[in-house]
Amino acid sequence: MNLTLHVWRQKNAQDKGRMEVYEARDVSPDMSFLEMLDVVNEDLVKKGIEPIHFDHDCREGICGACSLVINGIPHGGKKGCTTCELRMRNFKNGDTIYVEPFRAKAYPVIKDLTVDRSALDRIIQAGGYISVNTGGTPDANAILIPKDDAETAMDAAACIGCGACVAACKNASAMLFLSAKVSQFATLPQGRVEREKRVQNMIARMDAEGFGNCTNYFECEAVCPKEISIKFIAKMNREYLRAATK
Amino acid sequence: MDLDSKVPSGPLTEKWSKHRFEMKLVNPANKRKYSAIVVGTGLAGGSAAASLAELGYCVKAFCFQDSPRRAHSIGAQGGINAAKNYQNDGDSVYRLFFDTIKGGDFRSREANTYRLAEVSNNIIDQCAAQGIPFAREYGGTLANRSFGGAQVSRTFYARGQTGQQLLLGAYSALQRQVALGNVRMYPRTEMLDLVLVDGHAKGIVIRDLVTGEITSHAADAVVLATGGYGRVFNLSTMGLGCNVTAAYRAYTRGALFANPCYTQIHPTCIPHTGDYQSKLTLMSESLRNDGRIWVPKNRGDKRPPNEIPEAERDYYLERKYPSFGNLAPRDISSRSAKEVCDDGRGVGPSKYGVYLDFSDAIKRLGKQVITERYGNLFEMYHLITDEDPYTVPMRIYPASHYAMGGLWVDYNLMSNIPGLHVIGEANFSDHGANRLGASALMQGLADGYFILPYTIGDYFARVGAKNISTDRAEFREAEEAVASRLKKLLAIKGTRTVESFHKALGEIMWEKAGMARNETRLKQALEEIPKLREEFWQNARVLGSTEGLNMTLERAGRVADFLEFAEILCYDALNRQESCGAHFREEYQTPEGEALRDDKRFAYVAAWEYKGVGVKPELHKEELKFETVELATRSYK
Repeated sequence: MNLTLHVWRQKNAQDKGRMEVYEARDVSPDMSFLEMLDVVNEDLVKKGIEPIHFDHDCREGICGACSLVINGIPHGGKKGCTTCELRMRNFKNGDTIYVEPFRAKAYPVIKDLTVDRSALDRIIQAGGYISVNTGGTPDANAILIPKDDAETAMDAAACIGCGACVAACKNASAMLFLSAKVSQFATLPQGRVEREKRVQNMIARMDAEGFGNCTNYFECEAVCPKEISIKFIAKMNREYLRAATK
Repeated sequence: MDLDSKVPSGPLTEKWSKHRFEMKLVNPANKRKYSAIVVGTGLAGGSAAASLAELGYCVKAFCFQDSPRRAHSIGAQGGINAAKNYQNDGDSVYRLFFDTIKGGDFRSREANTYRLAEVSNNIIDQCAAQGIPFAREYGGTLANRSFGGAQVSRTFYARGQTGQQLLLGAYSALQRQVALGNVRMYPRTEMLDLVLVDGHAKGIVIRDLVTGEITSHAADAVVLATGGYGRVFNLSTMGLGCNVTAAYRAYTRGALFANPCYTQIHPTCIPHTGDYQSKLTLMSESLRNDGRIWVPKNRGDKRPPNEIPEAERDYYLERKYPSFGNLAPRDISSRSAKEVCDDGRGVGPSKYGVYLDFSDAIKRLGKQVITERYGNLFEMYHLITDEDPYTVPMRIYPASHYAMGGLWVDYNLMSNIPGLHVIGEANFSDHGANRLGASALMQGLADGYFILPYTIGDYFARVGAKNISTDRAEFREAEEAVASRLKKLLAIKGTRTVESFHKALGEIMWEKAGMARNETRLKQALEEIPKLREEFWQNARVLGSTEGLNMTLERAGRVADFLEFAEILCYDALNRQESCGAHFREEYQTPEGEALRDDKRFAYVAAWEYKGVGVKPELHKEELKFETVELATRSYK
């Protein structure tokens, strides 16, 4: 199939940026979206035009590096799917596709479709861990955890940190990302020791980084490639309230 | 060159405890005077950087990704082994050690492998304490499964995302140290050279991938945790950024490269579909616990799988290896798949694929159990191939996956360059000629959490804090070499894309130095690689400038290094005139087609020394001494 792409090009953070139009020819339905961009890039390089820059690495939906807003939707709108997993069979011959970077105040553009998501790392630095040093830990089976709790913690821990939740949110809120980590630890006995400080510090950091707050649009859950449930935001809010009243 | 493995004397089971006592310590108050550079922040690097910082050392950590959470350790799906014997099924440290050394076809260092098994239990304790949501039983204890050729259930897992969860554990420990100011993290940077001062590794030169700036960093020791070189085959299960550059640059500075021909080809990946293919997706080996592998008995059978009657199917692994069946080790499974496809019995559009069929398991256990065990893998397969594995058998084919070879290290995980430590997949020491499933995560974390933090202290205590300045001439020289290489890449201004060179190299390597090798094809590869490299330096098209983000330039540097590294792999494969583990030389096989090892001539580690681009490297041998195990022929029949 043949497609027309409108792609955001921006030289660097200072550049204003603009949409450019490219043709993608002989696209196979089995290609991933990024492989389609690879082919377009090969063609651009042959023409002497700098290729379209985008973040990617594992190309199997687990590292969280790939981003892209495709036709207005982070990761392209297929349920439970990252951009790198999205196959071209979801498009049809003659389609026009708009490709833009994840946009948020806290995600400055570095070049083209590549953005700086280091704010998410700084949120983790504020408390997204259990303070345990290497060594001196008890036998793993000394900490008994009900199977259902372990499953709930895993549901939350499945977050790949891509940050699509922020890009989809009208408030550019990172609350789904935050709540996944807070809920993982709040569900497990190991995480309960620091639960109050954790949720307070992480939320304070989120605010300082320029992310907005949750006003229940649920867009984050809709685009999350790991289908992290917004019930975790409710859980985080309870944790926050609990911490404030303790 | 004398390769001293520094393996402590004494009984195998006491070597590590004895060594830990004998190693020198750095006084707690003096630890802050010592600094370490850690390059790569996956499982090995992330856990090492965090642990070193916890001890009080000053740590600088570097990764090319935008965040350390994205290292390709994240791709490991199946699980992590440990000798806990929670299942009461006869496991022990010695059994895990023995399985690992046997699985590696007796080509690993006995003492290192034993230590790996020994610390495996600490890793599980550590990870559980970090809040990693391992799978659990209803009583709240940890769940285990049997995995990849093991006859005991010793694999711990977090659904099909064990690598991700363990990496996020190491990442969270690292982020905690970043917040405390004990680690300075440099994401989106690439190490382009190693700097030696008076023969010791004391720093690195990096390029900031965002600004393009080239800078030097000095420390008392350098730790490389930069992963494997599987992308020398271009198509692999690895992340697209994975590369050999840091390890190769260290090699050109004198570090020896050991056993590069030991490359694991993973049996269960989704077959490739077209020229545009950028990677091959791994389907966890755990699928082989319940899936049955088969091809049609007749060549060119075009019927859809469900129309082929039972009697006309060849469950070739179950037929050839009755006791291990579909769980035969990775090298055997991969080679068997290639054999049946070369025989014209492959399936799928490319005919290079075999079925992995769950219909019996679904009948026996019900769909729900299969969903619980493999749900996310089935979804991923469905998404990629548009076929539903609940109703149509999966199609799989082997792909380049893991590098057992790597930079040579001694028992202290230090290379032949004093101060240069190499951990995780980047070193060579623990897996021999073949790695067992669920052992990569174990080794990465063993090195990072429980081995390097001890051994690096011994090095520090012996040499003292040097407080080296990057103003020294050694750093200027290395910076200039890096800058001129980048300029040279941009000055080629040729017509052929870097990507196409990588593809061409991958084709040479897969065809001539892949799953089954022989002298003729390896020699052809050694003729073709230099020609391709020459063409690269005359005709590659690298656009843009050294300033700012330039992914073509990054890629070009990595491909240029692969074009040199590929030759060492071929020299090593040519030199090793035996078949062992993942290294299969067609000339050396039993009449039944099994690998024929030659312990008399080849029970050694082949460590190669750089002699210049295009010049045959010099071979150094470390004889493998087996004090405890008896060398046996590997049999999985």
